[in-house]
Amino acid sequence: MTYIEFLDVYGGRLIDGTIVTIYQFFLATFVAVAAALAFGLMRLSQNLMLRAVAVAYIEFFRGTSLLVQLFWIFFVLPLFGITLDKFTAGFLAVGLNMGAYGAELVRGAVLAVPKGQWEAALALNMAPHNRMRRIILPQAFVIMLPPWGNLIIEILKGTALVALIAVADLMFEVRQINITTFLSAESFGTAIVIYYVIARFFVTPGMRGLERLMNRRIGKA
Amino acid sequence: MEWRWDWVWDLAPRFVDATGKTLIAAGGGYTIAIILGLVFVLAQRTPLLPVTLVVREFVELIRSTPLLLQIFFVYYVGPQFGLTLSPWTAGLIAIGVHYGAYLSEVYRGGIESVPKGQWEAAKAINLPIVTTYRRIVIPQALPPAVAGMGNYLVGIFKDTPMLSVIGVAELMHTATAVGAESYRYLEPYTMVGAIFLAVSLPSAFAINVFERWVRRTLGMTK
Repeated sequence: MTYIEFLDVYGGRLIDGTIVTIYQFFLATFVAVAAALAFGLMRLSQNLMLRAVAVAYIEFFRGTSLLVQLFWIFFVLPLFGITLDKFTAGFLAVGLNMGAYGAELVRGAVLAVPKGQWEAALALNMAPHNRMRRIILPQAFVIMLPPWGNLIIEILKGTALVALIAVADLMFEVRQINITTFLSAESFGTAIVIYYVIARFFVTPGMRGLERLMNRRIGKA
Repeated sequence: MEWRWDWVWDLAPRFVDATGKTLIAAGGGYTIAIILGLVFVLAQRTPLLPVTLVVREFVELIRSTPLLLQIFFVYYVGPQFGLTLSPWTAGLIAIGVHYGAYLSEVYRGGIESVPKGQWEAAKAINLPIVTTYRRIVIPQALPPAVAGMGNYLVGIFKDTPMLSVIGVAELMHTATAVGAESYRYLEPYTMVGAIFLAVSLPSAFAINVFERWVRRTLGMTK
């Protein structure tokens, strides 16, 4: 079987898988950003309770493997009465895992906003939530964008693990194709190229564009 | 569902054994990664532009595609061309190349942090290139790289469960096997999580201390 024939026969399944991977990627990114913001800010809170919850979340998800968390959410949570379908369990596990790394980025970026900005906001008698929303967060956002670019690639890579709980993503499809055809180089090789193209020509330029846009909006470039 | 301690104790020897294998996999993979990382970074600094470009793109490719996929690729593509690798060999190669790519970026950051004047001074006193690296550049490039290297040591440890997919009998593989034998997944998967926490949290802390010690010893502040 030539490579062209391979693509002709299995191209449809590769595209289906890629679409599922992209869905998983977007949903996991959404969960990760939300969790990172919530727990990153809780980590900086004055309230000891909130801080403790955030530290527990961050250390737990950064201290164990994504694969372990995914299996735990999918196989063990149902024993406690929380049953998630595999698609939801997949992006939720990836998102929560990466959100813990993101929370540290949020924390670092908020702390990196120059002290004068906090003081000026205080001097203007701004309410704390206004100070956070209008002064600190926009600047923190620009500071943390470059490391988020790397994290988002990690999210894309992380979604490959959902294949192991049988979500029919790209990884899952090529594994199935490999089992039936034994054309390993063709199936796994094509998948590597697809992931690479998504990361290198869509995600990374997208993040760079966002960085430029935000820098302009905040008057830095 | 009730947690059964007695069963956990019965399983303990198997999990201790598997933890050992996980640590061996992480250590072996890391050793390969340290060496390959150096190869990747030096290849990117040769005067041959094509070599630089190819290696640069290869590192990008490795870094932006899933490790799981790379593990499958290394394990299954070999036999297609008559080269059969054991799960351990394939797993260590895959994880070593993957983290080698990451470590090469850490090294690169370290080397680029060495001021240009240091290179020029070495050139001015006619130091051979090997001596320049060994005596001037690497001692200064190492401290900023230590933090990144430590993080990836913990990272490689946390990625070893992926080796279970090709049958390396590490922790995750053992837990899945136990679960399949007994139809109980609560204890095995929870134990794996607990073991990972118990190893990676103290390691992260120790790496932090070590990093500060390196900086102090080499007389670098911050």
